[in-house]
Amino acid sequence: MSITAQQSLEIRVNGEHRRVASGSNIVQMLGELGLDPLRVAVERNREVVPRSSLAEVPVADGDEYEIVHFVGGG
Amino acid sequence: MTAQQDIEADSWTVAGRTFTSRLIVGTGKYKSFEENAAAVEASGAEIVTVAVRRVNIADPKQPMLTDYIDPKKITYLPNTAGCFTGEEAIRTLRLAREAGGWNLVKLEVLGEAKTLYPDMRETLRATEVLVKEGFEPMVYCVDDPIAAKQLEEAGAVAIMPLGAPIGSGLGIQNRVTIRLIVEGAGVPVLVDAGVGTASDAAQAMELGCDGVLMNTAIAEAKDPVLMARAMKAAVEAGRMAYLAGRMQKRLYADPSSPLAGLI
Repeated sequence: MSITAQQSLEIRVNGEHRRVASGSNIVQMLGELGLDPLRVAVERNREVVPRSSLAEVPVADGDEYEIVHFVGGG
Repeated sequence: MTAQQDIEADSWTVAGRTFTSRLIVGTGKYKSFEENAAAVEASGAEIVTVAVRRVNIADPKQPMLTDYIDPKKITYLPNTAGCFTGEEAIRTLRLAREAGGWNLVKLEVLGEAKTLYPDMRETLRATEVLVKEGFEPMVYCVDDPIAAKQLEEAGAVAIMPLGAPIGSGLGIQNRVTIRLIVEGAGVPVLVDAGVGTASDAAQAMELGCDGVLMNTAIAEAKDPVLMARAMKAAVEAGRMAYLAGRMQKRLYADPSSPLAGLI
């Protein structure tokens, strides 16, 4: 399914531009990105979004997201 | 209690969580997730440090650390490696808490890239903020007994002085300061950074540390799994030697065989 400019929101995820469908919440956005909400943490416009409320927070045009997970480290 | 029972019952507690292994291992620098998982298994570690980084949104189906090291079996200790300000470290740990769902974290705020020495002013400030926010920070720090005390007063749940610069493998450079930190601390003390080989880990434990944290010494060994086993044995040997109480040093020889009855 292609997303046209009218139906979509322009956001920035980990520094990259992305488009998601209008009306999406964060869980739906993660789904579109192919990410499992249970394995990542999400920061929206520099504020951490609690995992419990990911499905309730709507994605807004111009949002900036950082999506992180655990990787090997010392 | 006999010494044998003592060592079998030996455990340590940080922020209300009790562990029997006194070795914490990192999960960086391994050739593969498989090798990393095998080394963790061989080390007997119950805690691993992990970093918090952006997911690769260009390739979201890449294998993940959690596929190989189960966070339900091994405690993940998120770190702030690579953070050079208190703000970056706090931001990282707020995300880590959400990703992992727990408050036990490792704080490190670095001062410069060349030595990776901690910036203690920022470290102390970040510790205070994190504690206010309900975190339980285990804090990487210089081997300075005064700084260690200040961190403890600020609410650090463990003090983790460097033995030598991160990744250097130079071994414990100042046994005196590590011992002074151990003697003055009311929270666990773990040597974090600088261990190069098994004797370094044993030495940390002989000084009375509650544990040792290492990454490169295992990951960059020719055979990481064998080195992980060596480190497990070294930490246990050092701990037992500490509990056993070493003999006094003498300046000159003292014969082990009786002098009486010589022919």
